[in-house]
Amino acid sequence: MSSTFDQIANIIAETCDIPRDTIKPESHAIDDLGIDSLDFLDIAFAIDKAFGIKMPLEKWTQEVNDGKATTEQYFVLQNLADRIDELVAAKNAAPGA
Amino acid sequence: MDLDYFKLIDRVVDLNLDEKRITVEAQVPATHTIFEGHFPGFPTMPGVLLTEAMAQSSGWLLLGLLKFERMPFLAIVKEAKMRGFVSPGSLLTIEAKLEHEGSGFAVTKAKGRVGKELKCSAEITFGLTPFPDPTMRVHMDAMANKIGFPLQAITHD
Repeated sequence: MSSTFDQIANIIAETCDIPRDTIKPESHAIDDLGIDSLDFLDIAFAIDKAFGIKMPLEKWTQEVNDGKATTEQYFVLQNLADRIDELVAAKNAAPGA
Repeated sequence: MDLDYFKLIDRVVDLNLDEKRITVEAQVPATHTIFEGHFPGFPTMPGVLLTEAMAQSSGWLLLGLLKFERMPFLAIVKEAKMRGFVSPGSLLTIEAKLEHEGSGFAVTKAKGRVGKELKCSAEITFGLTPFPDPTMRVHMDAMANKIGFPLQAITHD
């Protein structure tokens, strides 16, 4: 089974037409890969579907805008993968999951 | 369908918030200057307008699901397929269904038919934002009344 990072890297490669081998765990989605907000909507849809979650993009954006978080925490891909793993774990731990 | 004002949906036939789907009707005008150019001798609804009609149908669904607290703005159109010609005077029936509600965005799938014949389909993504201007919100309320949007459906959970 591929890692969460591999799954999101594949999604990004396919959605944004970025060569897969240029997408690294340390890549910043915006600063390094040049992904804009519209492409990120597409990526978020694909990630939500693939993992059965709802990434809290608005909450993350608000935290960055308020200075409570950095973009690196959410948009460096290994960090994004970690956030996704947390969301999946929370979903699986929820009652009725 | 008021092409000059880009108001393409005439009436809401059914809104099912539990199943997250809407059915609307749009009467294509029998005559309009658009058909003089598109095309002489073979008037047909432009595909971009069919796509817009599917987007507006989806928009009404999302407004219902969001209880008119946020406005859906068209962001991405995928897999837009024009499957058959739509002639002036046709009654277009469009169904839209929520595919996914994400954080700050939503994705729908829409299909347009004339009679039983499927004419167009698309997957459409919207950004969901607070109404940028109170005038717009008032306008959407007025439009909702005009097209028979069942506002009572969103007033109780």
